[in-house]
Amino acid sequence: MLGPQSSLVMYDEEYQRILQLLEKLLREANSKVIFLVDKNGQLIAATGETENLDTTSLASLTAGNIAATGGLAKLIGEKEFSILFHEGEKDNIHISIIGGRVILVVIFDQRSSLGLVRLRVKKASNELAVVFEDLVNKTEQEASSSSASSPFAEITDDDIDNLFN
Amino acid sequence: MSFINYASREINCKIVYYGPGLCGKTTNLQFIYNKTAEEAKGKMISLATETERTLFFDFLPLALGEIRGFKTRFHLYTVPGQVFYDASRKLILKGVDGVVFVADSQEERFDANIESLENLKDNLEEQGFDLEKLPFVIQYNKRDLPNVSSVEELSNLLNPRKVPELEGCAMTGEGVFETLKAVAKLVLNNLKKGG
Ligand SMILES: Nc1nc2c(ncn2[C@@H]2O[C@H](COP(=O)(O)OP(=O)(O)OP(=O)(O)O)[C@@H](O)[C@H]2O)c(=O)[nH]1
Ligand SMILES: [Mg+2]
Repeated sequence: MLGPQSSLVMYDEEYQRILQLLEKLLREANSKVIFLVDKNGQLIAATGETENLDTTSLASLTAGNIAATGGLAKLIGEKEFSILFHEGEKDNIHISIIGGRVILVVIFDQRSSLGLVRLRVKKASNELAVVFEDLVNKTEQEASSSSASSPFAEITDDDIDNLFN
Repeated sequence: MSFINYASREINCKIVYYGPGLCGKTTNLQFIYNKTAEEAKGKMISLATETERTLFFDFLPLALGEIRGFKTRFHLYTVPGQVFYDASRKLILKGVDGVVFVADSQEERFDANIESLENLKDNLEEQGFDLEKLPFVIQYNKRDLPNVSSVEELSNLLNPRKVPELEGCAMTGEGVFETLKAVAKLVLNNLKKGG
């Protein structure tokens, strides 16, 4: 698993695999929206009815939520709460942690049920964990093989200055 | 910790504004939010008390433009400065790529600045970070007020390593973008080294 300070890197191949798994979960769990967030609040992927949804804000608040409940868990001697569930009048949110580092969020309404979502999430989590393991291995390989090929190896002060103009 | 996404050709970095209570962290983000074009910013989220004190964090996502074909996104966070919110501060520091320390230049906040900076070091250490190795800039805020310590005095005390330091008045925006730019520069330069 990735250490706390290594960057998360996403490649096209793994991204496609992740999207496929999320889309499958979306169908099988009869849910509305599914997204994956890094524990630091960066959105990794999203699928479903995301058009009217502020996914960036959702990602940041989800990570804050997991961080806060993780803090609570520690205080009472738990490692973490690996599943959170928030029930609303129409929509519900199911949040779970995958492989210790990534957060899976499923939003669903009365067309589905907590039981179904739980069941499908469990299966999808295992599959997603495999992809993230592959991703970690790939990142390590890339890092050791070709440090010079990083797209940022040659950025200049001018590149950076231009960002602010 | 940055997130490099080759699939969407994006790079995400996390910057945290730290400092004692009422030093002007939230005001920095509000100014940036107000002066940034609609298409370059997301919603600013403030989890605050009824008296506008930060309770958990402020969050402002910015899209600054492209570098070498990669969209650069910065996620700005502020911590709650009040001493008793320490547990929350620790959480916000997770995965940080760069830190802005906002000091309150007022004489009576001298000790509060020191205490907050020590707290920052401790909390970073707990996460396995070393402030000395992290992109770090300092803003001396509230320069508009009459009862301020001299920049020299503040610098001697808070900035022995001589990281980039800037004078600011977050209320009018003076120094705010300069500060952001200074830390962004350090963060991006750090990426260059594969950080
Ligand atoms: N005179 C003056 N007032 C300022 C300046 N910057 C911020 N303030 C004021 O200081 C007060 C506190 O500012 P905030 O930005 O909320 O402080 P904060 O650091 O976010 O405080 P916490 O959330 O409690 O940690 C507000 O009333 C601001 O208007 C400045 O440069 N000059
Ligand atoms: Mg604040």
